[in-house]
Amino acid sequence: MIEFFQMGGYAIYVWPAYALTALTLAVSVIAPIRRRKRLVREISAIAVQKERSRSE
Amino acid sequence: MSQNPDTWLTRFHRLGSPPSFYRLAGILMPFIGIICIALFASGLFGGLVLAPADYQQGESYRIIYIHVPSAWMSMFVYALLATASAISLIWRMKLAEAVARASAPVGAAYTFLALVTGSLWGKPMWGTWWVWDARLTSELILLFLYLGYMALVAAIDDRRSASRAGAVLAIVGVVNLPIIHFSVEWWNTLHQGPTVTKFDQPSIAISMLIPLLLMAGAFKFHYLYTMLARVRVEILDSERRTAWVNTLVTSKAS
Repeated sequence: MIEFFQMGGYAIYVWPAYALTALTLAVSVIAPIRRRKRLVREISAIAVQKERSRSE
Repeated sequence: MSQNPDTWLTRFHRLGSPPSFYRLAGILMPFIGIICIALFASGLFGGLVLAPADYQQGESYRIIYIHVPSAWMSMFVYALLATASAISLIWRMKLAEAVARASAPVGAAYTFLALVTGSLWGKPMWGTWWVWDARLTSELILLFLYLGYMALVAAIDDRRSASRAGAVLAIVGVVNLPIIHFSVEWWNTLHQGPTVTKFDQPSIAISMLIPLLLMAGAFKFHYLYTMLARVRVEILDSERRTAWVNTLVTSKAS
């Protein structure tokens, strides 16, 4: 197991490369999901406002 | 014309309409996500655990399983960005504009990863983080093309003229793709030549090739997932004043 993490002495190159890739790929998936949630909230707030001003 | 409106052509047309694309993408995305995770799990296990060490490069070569898929995707996504741009210029198709805008940041991310993982591989193997040779320089230019596209599209307020300006830039930048691909053959370079895309005789062992192809598939599905998610946001944003978005959003909020 320790041998696996040592990567034959190349651990300081291999693992940062994998960590950075994992981080970048994760962020690029999460970003649009969060943006969509924010947008849905924003649009529905405007829609509710319009509905209210129409009923008044 | 027939009375039946549901011919394959009208179905195809409807697919290009924002509401049905939005809905279809929402149905497909969970499946794409599951396939992507399965490919990553099997590719990482095969590449990091099962595949043997390289007889010349030892364990350091394992960076190949993220470096090569990133580099392939950096070029594949650019080709797609240019194709979507051409379609948006010729047919004024809104969906193609959304695909182009959605692809650029993801392509930039892959290009960035290809450069950084390559640097982390180059240091132990070549003795240097960076050289100004043809392959590395043309890949760096690719990153600048992506960033230039994003900056240009963001700088223009009107959505459609922004897309059009970006499309022209994206199409002009296509000349860089063959330069990247053939750079290792045209110029003397530190970068090794192609090992997989020589289809007659790939010079890579099968136990190393299979995880590499699994990882390449995982990256493809990753792109597909995040691109569809981004296109959905683009559609919501540009259609925010339409009735279908309002019903969708208020039904979700309640």
